[in-house]
Amino acid sequence: MNQNKNAIFKAKVIPYLYLLPTSLVLIIFIYYPALKTFVLAFYRSNFILGTRKFIGLENFKNLFTGALAPGFIQTCFQTLAFAFFVVILGLSISMLLAVLTSEKIKGAKYYRLLLIWPFALSPAVASTVFSFLFNPEVGLVNTILQAVFNIKPGWLTNPYLAFFVAVFAAVWKNLGYNIVFYIAAFQNISKDPLEAAEIDGASRFSKFIHIIFPLLSPTSFFLLFTNITYSLFDSFAIIDVLTKGGPMGQPPFMDNVGMTTTLMYKIFLDGFGGSSNMGFAAAETFILMIIVMIITMFQFGIVGKKVNYDV
Amino acid sequence: MMFNKNKIKKQKDPIWIHIILIISVFLVCFPLVFTIIKSTQSLVEVTTPSLKIGTSFFSNIKHIWIDYHMHTYMLNSLSYAFIITLGKVVLSLFAANALVFYQFRFKKFIFAFIIITLMFPIEILILGLFEVVSNAPASSFSEFILWILNPMELLFAPTKYGFGIGDTKIAIIIPFLASATGVFLFRQQFLSIPISICDAAKMDGVNSFQFLFRILVPMSIHTIGALTLIQFVYIWDQYIWPRIIIQHDSAQVIQVGLNAIQSAGDSIQWNLVMAGAFVTIIPPLVIFALLYNSFMKGYALSSNK
Repeated sequence: MNQNKNAIFKAKVIPYLYLLPTSLVLIIFIYYPALKTFVLAFYRSNFILGTRKFIGLENFKNLFTGALAPGFIQTCFQTLAFAFFVVILGLSISMLLAVLTSEKIKGAKYYRLLLIWPFALSPAVASTVFSFLFNPEVGLVNTILQAVFNIKPGWLTNPYLAFFVAVFAAVWKNLGYNIVFYIAAFQNISKDPLEAAEIDGASRFSKFIHIIFPLLSPTSFFLLFTNITYSLFDSFAIIDVLTKGGPMGQPPFMDNVGMTTTLMYKIFLDGFGGSSNMGFAAAETFILMIIVMIITMFQFGIVGKKVNYDV
Repeated sequence: MMFNKNKIKKQKDPIWIHIILIISVFLVCFPLVFTIIKSTQSLVEVTTPSLKIGTSFFSNIKHIWIDYHMHTYMLNSLSYAFIITLGKVVLSLFAANALVFYQFRFKKFIFAFIIITLMFPIEILILGLFEVVSNAPASSFSEFILWILNPMELLFAPTKYGFGIGDTKIAIIIPFLASATGVFLFRQQFLSIPISICDAAKMDGVNSFQFLFRILVPMSIHTIGALTLIQFVYIWDQYIWPRIIIQHDSAQVIQVGLNAIQSAGDSIQWNLVMAGAFVTIIPPLVIFALLYNSFMKGYALSSNK
């Protein structure tokens, strides 16, 4: 398709006027702040005192050597682990459920309805509910565990358990979103191969492996990347409400920052928290930007073959 | 063959599918049911394992509504979500309209310029954006001109002047007004419009505004619905930016306000927290219920086949 296919109007100024509001907002509130964040990474800048001093590459050096480095490296490791679990669990569970509710079974409509409503769930609400359910003292989970097994795990005080409670809250919150996209995709794939396979007596399992899974792969790729960005950024509210980045892990490696501190949360803590070291936080942001850039390019590279961005 | 097919259709549902689905529905829905039940209980009941519906729902709501400013947060969040969503829809309609229905130079460049911003979610910009939004503006016009004409200062030094609108409602609204997702969705949809319709419209001599609002908008109603749903929920969920830029309750959003109920006082009043969580989830649920069908159709339109 030609990108000028529908270009029926010719005018010198009008198209630029139509584009002006969007462009202005993007320049002033996205490109300019992005540039300024990058610039800030070359300064020692205190948020509270408002002092600034040019220090060259020192902030970047401090990411990898010196007193601040172990905390940053631990955070990177935790961010990757968090993203890995949230994405893998989120996508596999939601694909399975979307496919099952798309079977011709009784009550499929109601199952779908009861599984997609978390689309409307916000990270802050999800983690608020989880922080009550998993509260070690008064939470329902521990009340039941104590009554039945006489154990009382410190869900939000044990670093490893807290990490997985945060993962579960994040997965639960995003299930509705993922299932909605899978259901929409499933409705749009051609049903012919499935019916042919049914007539040939293919099992559910082999239909899933050989037909449904490949046909859903464009949606899986799309969701893979939205879920990665979700776990990198939107999880901020989950962590802020649930654990505030804590609790601290054990020596010798995990005791530099809280176990649930992700890169986004650390940027917030370093930039606006107690140390208010904005320059260092900006250097961390730069690393995060590079990660996002690689992910986005990868996404456009793969999806670009399916969705023609140049139509 | 026919026999076989009929046999398959008459087959009973495999019981394991129902078992998996029922367990999943329970796990997915239980936290919400739990929240609703707990929001009806009193402070004494709420920390017991009891799942009986209590009688304190209205007193809990009244408490958070007034003492914890939930009515202010709710009004703020609703107005932010509606204003920003409307702004995003209109601005993206304008931009996509230009990108599809006009011939002009730098079209590809401008489209790329818009799409690249998908790489910069607002969270990643908080340090720079905070300064651009909240730093005080130049004190005089001449000072401003001197600054803006000096590329070293303007581009390569830390932010000197900003808009001075930190801690205001405008600080929440303006940075969100443009939408790369919206431009992308509308562009896809506009490109799928048959050229005969465009030619017919041109023959009839409609001007660009009439074309946009009388022809494009009605044809794009499901795309608008899909975008509205996505953006409303996106704005409703915003947390980190309001938490940083807003200090006063009068402009704060409900997600941050909800956390304030949990942080208030020595011991957490879980009945109030659960009532707050329940109230917070209602508006996006309503929007979701209203626009779900539109979303499904709008997504089908924009999806590739």
